[in-house]
Parts: sequence; C-alpha cells; structure tokens
Amino acid sequence: MDNKKLYDRYQRQLVLPGFGVEGQQKLLNAKVLVIGAGGLGCPALQYLTAAGIGTIGIIDDDVVALNNLHRQVLYSESDIGFSKAERASVILQQLNPGIKIISYNERLTTKNALIVLDEFDIIMDGTDNFSTRYMINDACVLLKKTLVYAAISQFEGQLSVFRNEQDDDVNYRDMFPEPPRETDVLNCAEAGVLGTLPGMIGMMMANETIKLIAGIGEPLVGQLLIYNALNNHFYQLSLSPGDKSHSLIPRNESEFLKTDYEWLCSSPIAGEEIDAQSFSDFIAKGNVDVIDVRELNEFPQVNEFPNIKIPLVQLKDKTGILNSDSIITFCQTGSRSLQAAKILSSIFGDKKKIYSLRGGILGWKQDQAKQSV
Amino acid sequence: MAVEIIIFGQLADIAGSSLSMENVGDTDALVSGLHKLYPALADVKYLIAVNKSVVNENTILNENSVVALLPPFSGG
Repeated sequence: MDNKKLYDRYQRQLVLPGFGVEGQQKLLNAKVLVIGAGGLGCPALQYLTAAGIGTIGIIDDDVVALNNLHRQVLYSESDIGFSKAERASVILQQLNPGIKIISYNERLTTKNALIVLDEFDIIMDGTDNFSTRYMINDACVLLKKTLVYAAISQFEGQLSVFRNEQDDDVNYRDMFPEPPRETDVLNCAEAGVLGTLPGMIGMMMANETIKLIAGIGEPLVGQLLIYNALNNHFYQLSLSPGDKSHSLIPRNESEFLKTDYEWLCSSPIAGEEIDAQSFSDFIAKGNVDVIDVRELNEFPQVNEFPNIKIPLVQLKDKTGILNSDSIITFCQTGSRSLQAAKILSSIFGDKKKIYSLRGGILGWKQDQAKQSV
Repeated sequence: MAVEIIIFGQLADIAGSSLSMENVGDTDALVSGLHKLYPALADVKYLIAVNKSVVNENTILNENSVVALLPPFSGG
C-alpha cells in the first residue's frame, strides 16, 4: 500500500495492534456479497464500504419504501420507489470511490445463486424470509463458502458464522434442520421491529466479516449470539453438528436446482387465498363477513368497507357473531389472516366459504392506489 | 429439583420469558411437560440448549441445568 490517500483513509484502523498494513491489504483483496440491502444489509454495507473491502456485491430485487427509512438509514426519501441494490451502490460508491461495488437488481433464486455466490469469498445473509435463508445456507455448504448469518425479530437478534470449510463444520440446519412455515413466524411487517436493532446486528455482521478477513479476534464460528435490545442481555450458545443436517442439504448442483425452497416454506392453504381484485369484487357484491384480525390499535385503520374487528387471539371465542355464508379475513400482510382462516375452517368445516386476503390490507391499499392513478 | 428455563423470541408470547420446572430428568420430559402446559408450543419449531450448548438429542438435566428455548427468526 504505497498510496498516501489510502494510508490516510484507513489510518485509524491501520495503527491497531494486530491489524496493520497487512490487515488492510487483506480487506482490499476481499470479495464480500451482501444478500438483502435492507435493515441488516444497509448498516453492514456502510461499514464494509468504509473499512475498504475491495469488492462488495449487493443483491436485492426490492425497491425503497417509506416504511423502510426508520431502519434502512442508507436511503433518503428521494430514493423511494428506486431499486435498493442500485441506490445502495451509488450512495456507497460516493462514500468510498476506491472500492468496486457490483449491484444485482434481481432476486436470488436457485437459478442464479450458485453462479453469483461463487464470485465472492464471504457471503452475508441479511434477507427477510426463510425460503431464501435456507437456500443461501445450502448454497454456501455446497460451495464451501463462509456465511455470516443474522436475523431479527421484534427486539431480538441472532448472529452466527458458518465456516463451511470441513464437512463437519456447523451450518444453519444444525440449529433448525427444516424450515418452519412462513406463517408460523411473524415477519418484520407483521411483528414490527425497532429501527436501531437491525442497525446494531447489521454492524455486528460487518464486524464479524472484518475479523474473519483480517484474521483477528474470535469470530462467532460454531457459536450463536442472541442479543435482546430491551434488557441488553447477550446470550451465547455453542452449536454442534446434528445428524440430520447433511441429509437435508442438496448433495450437488443439480439437486440444488431442483429444490423448491418457496414450497418448503409455503403455508398449507386452509380456506382459499384471494387477491386484492377478487377481494374488491366480494365487497362490492356484499353478503360477506369481512374480519380484520389485527390487534385493535394497528394502522392503517380501515373504513373503506364494512368490517368486523376481531383480533386473531380472540377469534375462536367470537365466531357467534358471524352470520354470512362467506367470510374473508384480512390482516397487515396476509399471514395472520391465513392462520385465522385455518381456525375458522376448523370451526365451520364446509358450512361456510372462508377466504384470506393475500398481501393483506397493505397490498389491497396499494392495489387501490394503482387503480385510481 | 427445579430446572431453569429461558425463553427467547415469540415463544415468550406463549410461555413467558422465563420459568422453572420441577421433576424433569431430561430434555424429553421437559419438552412434553412444557407442551402439556402450553399446547401452542407443540405447533412451533425451536431449538433447545442446555447450559448454553445446543442439544440435538435427549439430554440428562440436573438441578443446576439452565435450559434455553430459541425459535428461528426470519427478519432482516
């Protein structure tokens, strides 16, 4: 590293004991892929960029939305509606023009996963759904790539490093061999998240990555760290390889390509899911009980059509007030309403037609906004 | 003898964030006792750790054992 500007830029970490010019050179030579430029991805990306990781890949097919900004502080209001991967790449490049940033404005699927991941040394999982998380884990095991994993829920975060060098190295399936159904666990839209939590956990992901590359400290290999933002408790568990894990992971590329991760995590359909358009048709026809199964204080409030408010936990005890032959349940994004439809189906059987609004009230409102343009 | 149980994530909505259980000799007995007390736990996936080590098979518990139950998180 002979360039004075480079020396200046990284001077504060260069002088650290055990890091030095050699550590910086390792960062500059490293290639890191961040999957998901959201709550975890944004802070991770900002610090990796600042630290001088030589090549950073960003893959995300989503666009910036207003309700992202309380935690995805890389973006501004003017970015709303634009590709996260592309906006992140432009903003980060301004922070550090000396590194290479590759943006993939696409969804990670079994078709592109092995090709994209293979271009990088370390993979960081900051995604928001189980199907992609299991796919990333399996791809990293197949490709023997180190995976820095983190996930959050409400006030808690989980963080670990899966080395994937030896066959008996621990991977995500040693903790949770098979995926839960998406509806078993509430996502951020359903359960909410404090903006600072992904900031902290995302930064810890960047910290683990920098340690791995520079060869300093003790990365969380074979360990799972749990952090609770409400009481500041850290809890660290040691992981061990399970018997089942490897039998569940595709053994080769062709098995991987054939694995349907969406299906593995999809919900069994209880009652029928309907889209926003069919929902509007139902309301127009009338003669249907529409139930809002969200908690009473949740926004947005819905007064565009008649609806009965029964929070999911009370549903079982309040079915007596439902008179129509058809029932449609809705919630914020469509996952609790599916559980509600399941409960109602088990109570009414074939006596009533039961539907759940796919995409929830947020999806329906978006659809309405599109119609009125 | 009582075993201390620490509960993480949304499992705490079902069973509270900590509790203790009497007369459970191993993790299988603990799980079946918990599922009797909180049937909703039987429908969800979680990992079990004993004294901060994740266990994948039935594990003996003694009076100083601390058991942690942790669900998978998907948020990012």
